[in-house]
Amino acid sequence: MSFLPRPAQRPRASARWLAVLRTPVGFCASLGLLVVLAFAVIAPILWTGKASATDVPDLLQGPSAQHWAGTDNLGRDIVFRVLVATGLSVELALLATAITVVAGLILGTAGVLFGRRVARLMAAAVNIAVAFPGILLALFFAVIFGIGAKGALLAIGFAGAPAFARLAQTLVAGIESRDFVAAARIAGVGRLRLLVRHILPNVAEPLIVNAAIGAGGALLAFASLSFLGIGVQAPSYDWGQLLGAGLAGIYEQPVAALAPGIAVIVAGLAFNLFGEALAKGIGLTTTLGRIPLGRMRRQPAEPASEKDGDVPVLDAADVVVTLPGPGRPIRPVRGVSLRIERGEAVGVVGESGSGKSLTALAVTRLIEEPGQVTASRLRFLGNDLLAGPARLHRRLLGTKLAMVFQDPMTSLNPTRRIGRQLAEVARRHEGLSRADALAKAVDRLRAVRVPAAARRARQYPHEFSGGMRQRAMIGMGLMSTPALIVADEPTTALDVTVQRQVLDLLETIRRADSVALLLISHDVAVVGQVCDRVLVMYAGRIVEDLPAAELATAARHPYTRALAAAVPDMRTDLDAPLAVIPGRAPDPAAFPPGCAFAPRCPLATEQCRIDEPPLETDARGRRVACWHADSPTDGSTEMTTAGRGHE
Amino acid sequence: MASLTVPASAARGLADSVALRFVVRRLARFAVSLWVLLTAAFGMIHLIPGDPVRAALGISAPPSLVAARRQALGLDLPLYEQYWHYLRGVFTGDLGSSMTSQLPVSQTIANRLPATLQLALAAFVLAIVLAIPLGTLMGVLTRGGRARRTELAFTTTSVLLGAIPDFLVGVVLVWLVGVQLHWLPVAGKAGFASFVLPVISLAIGPAAILARILRVEMIAVLQADYVRTARAKRLPALAIYLRHALPNALTSTITLGGLLLSTMVAGTVLVENVFAWPGLGATIASSILSKDYPVVQGVVLVYGIGVLAVNLLVDVALALLDPRSTIRES
Amino acid sequence: MSELRFEDVSVRYGTRRHGLTAVEDVSLSVGDGEIVGLVGESGSGKSTLARAAVGLAPVTAGRILLDGRPVPVRGRRRPVQLVFQDPYSSLDPRMTISTSVGETIPRRDPVTGAVLDRRTEVARLLELVELDPDLARAFPGQLSGGQRQRVALARALAARPEVVIADEITSALDVSIQGTVLNLLRTLLRELGTSMLFISHNLAVVRYVASSIAVMYLGRIVEHGPAAEVLAHPQHPYARDLLAAVPEAGRTPERPGDPALRAVADAEPADPHHPPAGCRYHPRCPIGPLVRADTDICRTRTPDTDHRHHAACHFAEPLGGTTERRSSL
Repeated sequence: MSFLPRPAQRPRASARWLAVLRTPVGFCASLGLLVVLAFAVIAPILWTGKASATDVPDLLQGPSAQHWAGTDNLGRDIVFRVLVATGLSVELALLATAITVVAGLILGTAGVLFGRRVARLMAAAVNIAVAFPGILLALFFAVIFGIGAKGALLAIGFAGAPAFARLAQTLVAGIESRDFVAAARIAGVGRLRLLVRHILPNVAEPLIVNAAIGAGGALLAFASLSFLGIGVQAPSYDWGQLLGAGLAGIYEQPVAALAPGIAVIVAGLAFNLFGEALAKGIGLTTTLGRIPLGRMRRQPAEPASEKDGDVPVLDAADVVVTLPGPGRPIRPVRGVSLRIERGEAVGVVGESGSGKSLTALAVTRLIEEPGQVTASRLRFLGNDLLAGPARLHRRLLGTKLAMVFQDPMTSLNPTRRIGRQLAEVARRHEGLSRADALAKAVDRLRAVRVPAAARRARQYPHEFSGGMRQRAMIGMGLMSTPALIVADEPTTALDVTVQRQVLDLLETIRRADSVALLLISHDVAVVGQVCDRVLVMYAGRIVEDLPAAELATAARHPYTRALAAAVPDMRTDLDAPLAVIPGRAPDPAAFPPGCAFAPRCPLATEQCRIDEPPLETDARGRRVACWHADSPTDGSTEMTTAGRGHE
Repeated sequence: MASLTVPASAARGLADSVALRFVVRRLARFAVSLWVLLTAAFGMIHLIPGDPVRAALGISAPPSLVAARRQALGLDLPLYEQYWHYLRGVFTGDLGSSMTSQLPVSQTIANRLPATLQLALAAFVLAIVLAIPLGTLMGVLTRGGRARRTELAFTTTSVLLGAIPDFLVGVVLVWLVGVQLHWLPVAGKAGFASFVLPVISLAIGPAAILARILRVEMIAVLQADYVRTARAKRLPALAIYLRHALPNALTSTITLGGLLLSTMVAGTVLVENVFAWPGLGATIASSILSKDYPVVQGVVLVYGIGVLAVNLLVDVALALLDPRSTIRES
Repeated sequence: MSELRFEDVSVRYGTRRHGLTAVEDVSLSVGDGEIVGLVGESGSGKSTLARAAVGLAPVTAGRILLDGRPVPVRGRRRPVQLVFQDPYSSLDPRMTISTSVGETIPRRDPVTGAVLDRRTEVARLLELVELDPDLARAFPGQLSGGQRQRVALARALAARPEVVIADEITSALDVSIQGTVLNLLRTLLRELGTSMLFISHNLAVVRYVASSIAVMYLGRIVEHGPAAEVLAHPQHPYARDLLAAVPEAGRTPERPGDPALRAVADAEPADPHHPPAGCRYHPRCPIGPLVRADTDICRTRTPDTDHRHHAACHFAEPLGGTTERRSSL
C-alpha cells in the first residue's frame, strides 16, 4: 500500500536464506528435500541387489512382512525398486536442470555482453520458443536426440532453457534499467565486469529459486518421458519407467503404479515447495502483525461543541489510525482534530511519514481493514459517521464529498472509459439512466475544461495526459454537488504549468459554489497560495494550525518556521545558505517520546524529550503544540549546522 | 508497420490505426512463429544424427530397401528442394505417409485430431469455470491479510494440486474411481462418462494454478489507486469487486496464465496415454517409439499450431479486456 | 579550462516512421566553473540531453564537445559525470559504499599522474560530501535518501570530472533534506571549480543554484541567458508562463477574461510524438496565433534565436538587449 511506511532495512542475504528454514513450510520442504537427496545417494548403494532380486514364487504379491508393498510381475520388491529409482531420477533431474540453467543463462545474458542488437535477437528467439510448452519441446528434442536416458536428459535440459532464458532476460533487463548500471557504464566499467559484479548478483536469488522449482519440473518431465517409453529404458529404471510398467497391470497390482507415482509427487513437491519457500523468504512479503481492535470505534465520547447555526462541513476529533506493521501495529496518526467550515480552504503540510494522507483517508472513511481508525467525533455535514455501518452513509459521502488523489495515472481505472467512470456516480447515487448519466458526465467534463468533452468521454485513461486525467478526477467529484473536496497531493505528479491549471480550476469551483477544500501537500508554497488556513503535521500529530498568510512570517512552532525556510522560493537570498533541519523525519514505527520534533529542534529542552506538548488554542483561534512556542530560533547558527552523518 | 492510409479524422482514426496495428502485428508474429515451427518440423529429421531411415528400418534391413525408402521420402534431393517440397506439401495438405503403415499422415491426423480437440476444449472450459470464481472469491476474502486460515488452506491445496502432473492425477483417478469404485470407465472414448476422468486430470492442475494467480492479482488490484477511487465514489462492494477489480485482475492473470492453457494442449499427450484415449497423443508416443518420422513430424506440427492458436486467442482476449495492451506491447 | 559544448545536438529514438525526437538542434555551452540551470517540464528532453552527454542516449546529429574535443564515452577516462535523480536506484544494493565509489576512481591522478590509493581516496571523497568515512563499509540499504544522494555525488566526483551533470538530484528527497544537498552542492562546486549542468523542473531551486538558465520546451532550448536576466526579463512566452506558474504564498493567479486567452491557458501540453509545426509553443502561447490574428508565422516557421537571451520566439526583443519592450505584449 502506498501509504505504508517504507520497509525497514532488509536483512543480509545469509540471514534471509536462514530465515526460510524457520518458516513451517520452509522447514518441511527443506527436510523433505534433504530426505529425497539422501535416498538418492544411499539407496542405489545399499539396495540395488535387493531391488533386482527376482522372487519367482512371489509374483504380483500383495503387501507382506517380507515385501512391504508387494512384488511386481517378476517378483521384485516394489519398495526397494522405488527407493533405488530415486538415485537415477534425481540425478537425471539435476543434470537436466544444470543444462537448462547454463543454456538459459547464456541466452539470457548474451545481450549484456554483445550489445543491444544481440539482445534483441535473443529476445525474439526466446519469445518464439517460450510459446511452446516444455513437454512439447522435450518431445521434439527427444526425437532428435534419440530414445533413452541420454536423449531424454538433453531433451529436457534444452526444453527448459527458453523459459529460464526468458526469466533471466526479464530480470537482467530490470536491473539494466536501474540507474546504478548506467552509473557504472558512465564510470567506464567494462561489460564483463558489469555483468559479473553488478547484474548477476542482483538477479541471482530469483534465478536460484527458479532453478530449484525447475529441478522439480525436470523430475516430473523425466517421469513423463519415461512413462511414455521415450526416456529411461529397461533394464535401467527410474520412477517414470516403473510407473509406465505398473500402469499396464494396474488391475492386478495397483501398488506397482501408485508407489512410484507417490514417489514422484513427494520428490517433485519437495523441490517445488523448497523453491516457493525460498521465493517467499527472499521476497518482500513480510507477515504483518494483527491489530487487536474492532473497526471504526468511538473513543470515550466528548461532547460536540456545536454552536448554533452553522454546521461545519467536517468536524473530527482525536482521529487515530492504526496499521499492521512488521511485528507490531504502528500508529501513524495519533489524535488529530480538525474542523472545516463551509467554503473554507484548509491545507495540510508535512513531510513523508507525517500522516497527512492517512488523516485524509481516515476522516473520509477510506481506510480499510486491516487498518483501524478510532475517533471521539467524526461528523460530516452534521451527520455522525461513527454511528451505523458504512453503507448508511454511502449516498451522503458519494454525493457531498469529492476526492482527488495524487497520481492521476493510477487513480483512474485503466480498463474503463472515462465517461463511464464518471457516469457511474450519478447512476449509483442519483438513479439516473445510463444515457442521462453519460450526458451529465460529458457536461461535467466540459465544466472542468476538458476540450471536446463528448469525444474524450469515450476514451480510456491512457489516452489522456496527466493534467487532463486530474481534471477528469475533479469532474468525477462534481457529478453531484459536493460540499467538500479532499485533494491529496493533487498536483505533485504534474508539471508546474499544468499544476497551475489544476489549482486554478479548483479555485474556480470553490468560489462558484462555496465548496470547502482540504488540500494535502508537501509543498508549502502551494498550500500558502491556495488555502485560508494551514495545518502543519509532524509524526502523526498536528503541531500547528495557523492562517496561511502567516506561514512564512508568523509561524510559532520551530518546525513550521524551519519548513518554510528550508524550501527555496523565488525570493530566497542567493548569498546565504538554505536553512536545513538536521536529522531525518521519524519513522512511524518508532516515534520518539515527548515532542517528536525534539531530536531535531534547536530549542529542545529536557521537558520536550519527556512530555508531549498539548495542542493549545490561542485567543485568535490559532493552535500550536510546543513548549517553546514563539521563542526565537536564531536560525542562522543552530538551524544550519547539519550534523555530519546524522541525517 | 501499419501507417496504412488511415483516415485523418483525428482520434477516431487513430484508435482504428492502433487496433489495426495491433492486429497486423499479432498476425505477423503468428506468421513468423508458424514459419519457425514449420522449419523446425522439417529440420527435425535432418538433425537426427545418422540416417533416420536406417534407424527406422533397423540394422537388418537390406540397403536396397533403405535406398528405396530414402527416395520415397525425397531424402536424396538437395536440402532446399526438400524444404520447398515440404512447405508446398504442408499447404496442400500433404504431410507424407507413414513409414510403417504407409497411410497418409494427413489421414491419421484427421482421424485422431477430433478426439484430442474435444478433450482439450472440455478441459479448457472446466479449468476456467473453476478458476475464475474461486480465484476471485479467494482474493476478496483474503485481501490485506484477512482470513489467514482460509488463505493457508487454499494456498496449500492449490500448490499441491498444481504440482502434481496431469498424468499422475490420471493414474490416481484410474485406480481410485476405476479400479476401486468401478464408477466410471477408465479407458477409451465412449460417451460423456468417458470424458469425466481425462478432463479432470487435465484441468485440475492448471485450474489450481490459475486460481492461485488470480487470487494474487486480485489482492494486488484491490490495493490499486483506482480501487480506492471506486471506494471514494462509495460504490457497493460487489460493483467494486466485479466491475472495477476483476477485469484488471484478469488481464494480468491471462498474461501470466496464458501459457498454462497452451501447456494443456501438450498435456493431452500424456493424459491420452493414461486413458487410452484415441487421439493424437497416443499416436505421437507410439510413432516416436517406432521411429515413424513422417508421422511424428505431422503430429508435432499439429500440436505446435494448436499452441500458436491458443496464444493468439489469449492475446485477443487480452486486447478485448485491456485497451492498453494493444499499444503497450511492441 | 573545461567547457562542455552541445552543438546542434539531436537525439532521436525509434524508427523513421514511429520515432520520437527527444532533443532537436540543441546548442548550449557550460563554461569553465559555470553552473548552468536547465529547466523544462517532463518530456521536454532535458534528461535525454544529460544522458546524451555521457553516452547513454544516442546522438543522432550534432556534436558534444569538451574543450573542443568529443566527449569520451568509451574507456576508463570519463571527464563528464552524471548524478541521477533517484538515489534508491542509482546505487547497487549489493555493493558497499566503498566499492561503489571506488569503482569510479581512476588508477592514476589525471593531473599529477600519481597512483591513487582507493581506500584513502574513498575516505577523502566521503569527507568531501560531508559523510562519515566509516560509512564506506555500509550498504546503500542502511543509508537515508539524503546520504545516498551524497554518496552518488561522491561517486561522480571520484572520476575527477571536469563537468558534472545533476539530473533532478533533489526532487526525490524530502523538503527538509533538499536544503542540505543544495548547500553542499554550492560549497563543493565553489571549492573544486567544477562546471555543472543542473537540471530541474523547479525554477526556485535552479534560481538558487545556477548562474545562467536555459529553458527547454519539447526538445528545443527556447531561451538561455544569465539567471538574473532570464528571471527578471523572460523573453519567450513559455519562460514567462513557467515563471508565472511558480506557486507563491499569498498570490492568487488572475484568470484571464478573454476566452481565447483562457483556451490557451487550459491547453494540453503537446505530445512529444507529434510535435506541432513551426514554433512548438504556438498552441499554448498567449501571444500566439490562437490569440492574435497577426502571428500566423508561428504556425509555420521555426523561430531563430537571434533575440535577447537567444530566445526562440518570433516576437522576442532583438539581440542587443534593450529594456524597451513591445507595448502590445
